[in-house]
Amino acid sequence: MSVGVVMLVHTALRRAEQVARHWSAAGCPVVIHCDANVPDHRFRPFREALQDVPGIRFSTRHSCSWGTWGIVAATQDACELLLRENAEVRHVFLSSGSCLPLRPVEELKTYLAARPRTDFIESATTSDVPWTVGGLDEERFTLRFPFSWRTQRRAFDWYVNFQRRVGFRRRIPAGIVPHLGSQWWCLTRQTLSAILEDPQRREYDRYFRKVWIPDESYFQTLARKYSAHIESRSLTLSKFDFQGKPHIFYDDHLQLLRRSDCFVARKIWPHANRLYRAFLTDPEGAMQRREPNPGKIDRIFSKASERRTRGRSGLYMQSRFPREGWEGGLTGAQYSVFQGFSELFEDFEGWLSRTTGCRVHGQLFGPGDAEFAGGQPVINGALTAKAALRDHAPRAFLTNLIWNTRGERQAFQYSPRASQAVAWDMAKDGNAQISVISGAWAVPLYLSNRNFGVLRKEAARLQRIESEFIDALRSPWARARVNIWTMAEFVEAPMEPLQIVVDEMGMRTARRLSEVPRMRNFAGFGQFLQNLKNQGMHPHLMGDFPVDDGDPAPRKDPDGKQRRPYLIKK
Amino acid sequence: MGWMDAYRLGRERRFLLYRALRRRHQLSAVKNRARKIRRRDILAFSTLRNERIRLPYFLDYYREMGVNHFLFVDNDSTDGSREYLAGQEDCSVWTTQASYRQSRFGMDWINWLLMRYGHEHWCLTVDPDEFFVYPFCDTRPMAALCDWLDACEIRSFSAMLLDMYPKGPLTAQPYHEGQDPLEIASWFDAGNYTINRNWKHGNLWIQGGPRMRIFFDEDPWKAPALNKIPLVRWNRHYAYSSSTHSLLPRGLNLVFDEWGGEKASGALLHTKFLDTFTAKAEEELERGQHYGNSREYIAYHETLREDPDLWCKWSEKYINWRQLEILGLMSKGNWA
Repeated sequence: MSVGVVMLVHTALRRAEQVARHWSAAGCPVVIHCDANVPDHRFRPFREALQDVPGIRFSTRHSCSWGTWGIVAATQDACELLLRENAEVRHVFLSSGSCLPLRPVEELKTYLAARPRTDFIESATTSDVPWTVGGLDEERFTLRFPFSWRTQRRAFDWYVNFQRRVGFRRRIPAGIVPHLGSQWWCLTRQTLSAILEDPQRREYDRYFRKVWIPDESYFQTLARKYSAHIESRSLTLSKFDFQGKPHIFYDDHLQLLRRSDCFVARKIWPHANRLYRAFLTDPEGAMQRREPNPGKIDRIFSKASERRTRGRSGLYMQSRFPREGWEGGLTGAQYSVFQGFSELFEDFEGWLSRTTGCRVHGQLFGPGDAEFAGGQPVINGALTAKAALRDHAPRAFLTNLIWNTRGERQAFQYSPRASQAVAWDMAKDGNAQISVISGAWAVPLYLSNRNFGVLRKEAARLQRIESEFIDALRSPWARARVNIWTMAEFVEAPMEPLQIVVDEMGMRTARRLSEVPRMRNFAGFGQFLQNLKNQGMHPHLMGDFPVDDGDPAPRKDPDGKQRRPYLIKK
Repeated sequence: MGWMDAYRLGRERRFLLYRALRRRHQLSAVKNRARKIRRRDILAFSTLRNERIRLPYFLDYYREMGVNHFLFVDNDSTDGSREYLAGQEDCSVWTTQASYRQSRFGMDWINWLLMRYGHEHWCLTVDPDEFFVYPFCDTRPMAALCDWLDACEIRSFSAMLLDMYPKGPLTAQPYHEGQDPLEIASWFDAGNYTINRNWKHGNLWIQGGPRMRIFFDEDPWKAPALNKIPLVRWNRHYAYSSSTHSLLPRGLNLVFDEWGGEKASGALLHTKFLDTFTAKAEEELERGQHYGNSREYIAYHETLREDPDLWCKWSEKYINWRQLEILGLMSKGNWA
């Protein structure tokens, strides 16, 4: 009643020797297959070093390269040898030279002895597994693969395409249903010998010789034919990255591996001295007898794969610089942009930051230096307010700002006077919330004391810029959450839009605004607009402002009192 | 890439290699221990001039990390650097009095040494004031990184230059030999970097950090490049084309992911800003041997007279590589 171990070895022979001794010392017969590509001058000392151990045998050497039949042939030979020479073996454990037993071998023996008829082999049909690399799932069983994927990629791809075009399909031998799974399994003598002594084995072997990556499908498929009880999982902890390459364990994984309760792990970095020392020489076996539970390791590695394929959105750095459209969101967090508000209200920034609790900056994109909240010259991440540095890379300025302050919502003012370099970037950014009071840029013009000719020119310029920005916001590519009011609309009932904007920011749960910002006094603004019209410049972004003596806001009530902005009661 | 571009880049690369071959005559060996280099050794290459005070810690740092052999080009040092290095068992030293500028800022010499000794080795090309950090560098030796890169069939590994500076004036804390320079220059800028893509050579062009913030705030396009690819599985057909910022063939420059993911990357902690810097900047300005007519040193010179404080309220204090990873200055990629 014992476990036999088949080891497929091709590098790090010193470590393989150590592990073979470990298995053997626990009373497991071991058969080692060493890749025929290993040069003799390295193989011979390895073999001689193990001569003093009685239970270790070497099987016929095959040449094994990734994804080829050699690995299956090697496994077959080694298993035959193992079963022939060791009649007492009940389970055969297939492992590699870079596998490391994590729990005492005794525990594995007990575990398997308690499940004498169970085959531990991961085995699923092609339609059920998402992890095939290269887009070949079912086709790996119906096409031919004479070229190496690793070294003859072009020929490989061409031949696959050629077969698809021609409509070539191989016949799958009768009686088997292709299954896939991890290469590392543990089968019972019954199942394994049935596979090896199958009367149709020649036919199967001939078929699988041309299947792609037969080492992940030969035993997985045939075990389905014979096994009485398959437990579709591998006893070997082995994780693959997004390219299908195994993750490697290092010294700093020691605690993780200890807590995983798995029997065997691969692949171990050959120089991970601490791991080998801890698991091969600790007689204690600090772990309790529990079911394997690799959950934590799974999480770490799947996080790594996600980082490699998706990355942290909003981050631009030396090893993540997505092409346009592949950023997964231009920025990393939500932020709000206000255009026209600070023109209309006094101390809008102060009010907004009191109301919502987020960090509210002034005009970040000019004109002039960026106005960071609190008038700081430098903020998080040592991002400076200098106009020259900002205009050097405005887009990076925006993404850096949002990335550096992640965890705290940012809001800032924008205007047609500012650099428009990021206008489209913000419009296309799903994280942006953009609120515009169109035409409000005219208020500072009206309040300024400049010659009308200059004002008229400036008004025309700003109007053109703002309408381009609004076009961007309304374009089909825009993904930002956009609210646009004309100034006339806004001034008519200012609280409702403010309430909407603050609600959308979702910062405070309070349902209604308790404090209102003070609107500037711009009596006579309607007349100002009319003057612009009279001069031949048509200000249309403000909406319909009446030209009467006063203006809609602050409007006087019939009794002569100035009307206050009112709150909408829900 | 069209065939014309491919041809041009190939020609450029061959020209660089030709230059390296020609300039090898400028080097004379002080101590050549390259025979000691074994098959899978990790090699470090460096050009230096008058860096004696930094060398002991530099060598210790990289020995600890697992560099097996150092190859130095000494550009006419007068402070005993050459003699010190020649006395180290794992160093090979060549010396030259030729012009630093005319050898493309030392790259011709380094390209030659790489071609001659670096073939099929992992080669780290750093200056004596640059300290390489990579993911897990506190628990895994460099051999682990190189083996992993080999397994993933990655040939080059990027490490952005991160300028470190002290808090307070540069001259306030004198550096003494053997000291960890990060004890003094332990601050850095975490998030003011800008990136442009160089479509010709395929590399990124990163600028920013304290040098852009203080010295080039009026003319940011002239700020120095911070992108570096210091660790390469070398082949004798490769060539560094512009310092260690980019290589040819240009596939080696593709150290970043274009489709939203993150590749693994490290950082080079650049400890230029110590008390030794003021004297150095003066000397280099006089020699006029640096990039872009030494405009960098001219800018330094102007500001340094005021003994500036590079530190600001939002400077970040260096802790370890994990901090850099979280800040997004480097990445573990899919190495876990």
